[in-house]
Amino acid sequence: MSDKIRTIDGITKESTQAMIDDALSVYPEKAKKKRAPHLAPNDAASGCASVKSNKKTVPGVMSARGCAYAGAKGVVWGPIRDMVHVSHGPVGCGWYSWGTRRNLMSGINGVTQFGMQFTSDFQEKDIVYGGDKKLDTLLHEAHDLFPLAKGISVLSECPVGLIGDDINSVTKRVSKELEIPIIPCNCEGFRGVSQSLGHHISNDSIRDYIIETREFAEPSTPYDIALIGDYNIGGDVWSAKSLLEEIGLNVKSVWTGDGELEKIAATHTVKLNLIHCYRSMNYMCKVMEEKYGIPWLEFNFFGPTKIRESLRAIAERFDDVIKEKVELAIAKYEPIMQAIIDEYKPRLDKKKVMLLVGGLRPRHTIGAYEDLGMDCVGSGYEFAHGDDYDRTAPEMPDATVVYDDPSEYEFEKFAHALKPDLIGSGIKEKYVFQKMGIPFRQMHSWDYSGPYHGYQGFEIFARDVDMAVNSPTWKLVKAPF
Amino acid sequence: MRQIAIYGKGGIGKSTTTQNTVAGLAYLGKKVMIVGCDPKADSTRLILHAKVQNTVMDLVREKGTVEDLELEDVMKIGYGNTKCVESGGPEPGVGCAGRGVITAINFLEENGAYTPDLDFVFYDVLGDVVCGGFAMPIREGKAEEIYIVCSGEMMAMYAANNIAKGILKYASSGKVRLAGLICNARKTDMEFELVTALAKKLGTQMIHFVPRDNQVQRAEMRRMTVIEYSPEHPQAQEYRTLAEKILNNKMLVIPTPLEMEELEDLLMEYGIMEAEDESVVGVAEAA
Repeated sequence: MSDKIRTIDGITKESTQAMIDDALSVYPEKAKKKRAPHLAPNDAASGCASVKSNKKTVPGVMSARGCAYAGAKGVVWGPIRDMVHVSHGPVGCGWYSWGTRRNLMSGINGVTQFGMQFTSDFQEKDIVYGGDKKLDTLLHEAHDLFPLAKGISVLSECPVGLIGDDINSVTKRVSKELEIPIIPCNCEGFRGVSQSLGHHISNDSIRDYIIETREFAEPSTPYDIALIGDYNIGGDVWSAKSLLEEIGLNVKSVWTGDGELEKIAATHTVKLNLIHCYRSMNYMCKVMEEKYGIPWLEFNFFGPTKIRESLRAIAERFDDVIKEKVELAIAKYEPIMQAIIDEYKPRLDKKKVMLLVGGLRPRHTIGAYEDLGMDCVGSGYEFAHGDDYDRTAPEMPDATVVYDDPSEYEFEKFAHALKPDLIGSGIKEKYVFQKMGIPFRQMHSWDYSGPYHGYQGFEIFARDVDMAVNSPTWKLVKAPF
Repeated sequence: MRQIAIYGKGGIGKSTTTQNTVAGLAYLGKKVMIVGCDPKADSTRLILHAKVQNTVMDLVREKGTVEDLELEDVMKIGYGNTKCVESGGPEPGVGCAGRGVITAINFLEENGAYTPDLDFVFYDVLGDVVCGGFAMPIREGKAEEIYIVCSGEMMAMYAANNIAKGILKYASSGKVRLAGLICNARKTDMEFELVTALAKKLGTQMIHFVPRDNQVQRAEMRRMTVIEYSPEHPQAQEYRTLAEKILNNKMLVIPTPLEMEELEDLLMEYGIMEAEDESVVGVAEAA
């Protein structure tokens, strides 16, 4: 949390509210009434959410949200590398979610990692007669094909929930037959208002089927930690993990980027859970705290300022050995970081960025932009809850606009008014803004780049932001404002 | 907590029998929750004296998502402190009633409706197991005891046998067991003997023979169970007896459903059906 309240020249609560009112003015009365509480100027001093969140998207406006299945397949289960993940239902959901999130995996495909697309490919007959027999066959076939897979997750698509197939009884039976964990995840897409419920359902299935079913081979040490809520987008885990190891911690398991099932299952014995993406994994941190007494700590590995704060906060939980190593690491990396800042800041200083991402980065990346001299003039989430917005208020400059699940119209309207130099969002927004002549970076997938986490990541982040903002391309395009 | 599911042919009197039996259990001091698993939502009206209870799905439709629902919105307390919930669902011909059952039961589980003080949970399930949704109450961790309401009518017995087939599928992989047939008498010929014989063939018992009595209808017109409307009436005693039998029932079996021919033989044995004469099949009257 920043200690002083920052402001942006020309942005006041009144000007932001006027901009919001202008955007809302075109809506019919009912839609306006529904959308209004989701948009507000930030009140940095209050430290609490200024907008309503986690509500059903208003029909008729485009939303960037995904579904519960997306939250389960793409976010929580999919990145575990040594399991086969089955998209249970018609072929499309599995096919179009294959590899698109850029959660990288180490290992050999088909041998030690299974980043491939498995689906039960439902046909009419499976809907009419039930897909349970097909699932049974598929699970046996998957095990025959890939006997080294440590387990199988079965992720329900919409029709499975509609016809009411009892996947839990099939997985239980086949799990016994094959003697490997097979986890049913009832994450039908129509459940909940966004992908957020898919995260929750997946956390629950880890709680019910995985945690405490394995033990680590090595004896435990006081420095055993788990890295929670890092999905290895563009290699983030590898950067974060090496830094945590450098300060003397044993990263016993990673949830779930490049993750391993048996290590996740043994996480109940670690000493501390370090959580990056609070939104998608706070549920299991709370479960592990209540059930096994494991404390958890939120941290932020975007940009040197936040990394330094986080490393010191982590050190506070350990002895002098770690504290010393943390200071050594900070001393080692800060000059390197300063060199990066010296290179890029002159070209990025006072540039404005607007963000719309999932449930973490709209607040967690602000510090990294600020390290480069940039100001965040608007931020919002697809699927955050109130506790995320509570954590966002202190990070954003005062009076800047906060938007929850904004429609494309609102987002465009704000961009017209605020004239940002960069927008960080997802693939659905990318071309809209590029066609408007606004530089754009994908903040879900890092645009074929990454990692952005850790000291290693900041260098790449700074380069990518500079490359986008200062590309000569934009001089050839006339912005419509 | 014992969880019990009531199945049976449509119109056989499942809801009436369930509510009167539950009233009997409540009368005996037991704490019960009824979960109506039928879009008609008539599984709790006699306990609540209500026309139709606000159902889970009605409120989901009103509020937009199931996450916005609170338990107290959908749970009502009726006769004998019985907790009542109706899953609700669409009118016939549209949507998916089975999913309504799944959504409602998931909601109850996630919101702590299954409190430890409950002695019984009763699921009153629509006509027949038509899709996965209507089998939700007998999935693992839910009802392990099933009673089939039937009568001496041929179609009711066919239905009972079909339901036994469905139970067999779940029983062979889990803990679900058939606990008995409840004969809701229609005053057909040899009814007692026939249902007893069917129960025996299914490997179970006819746990009680509920005689036909118009007192049930008189109570229903007042949206009451017989036990509440006229506790001294002999019919109220019948339901209390049934409640007591269920309370003490230890006979939980994996059913042995009959093949169609066996079932027809049984009906012929009791003179309900005549032996098939192959020479007349497909021959018109005028021929």
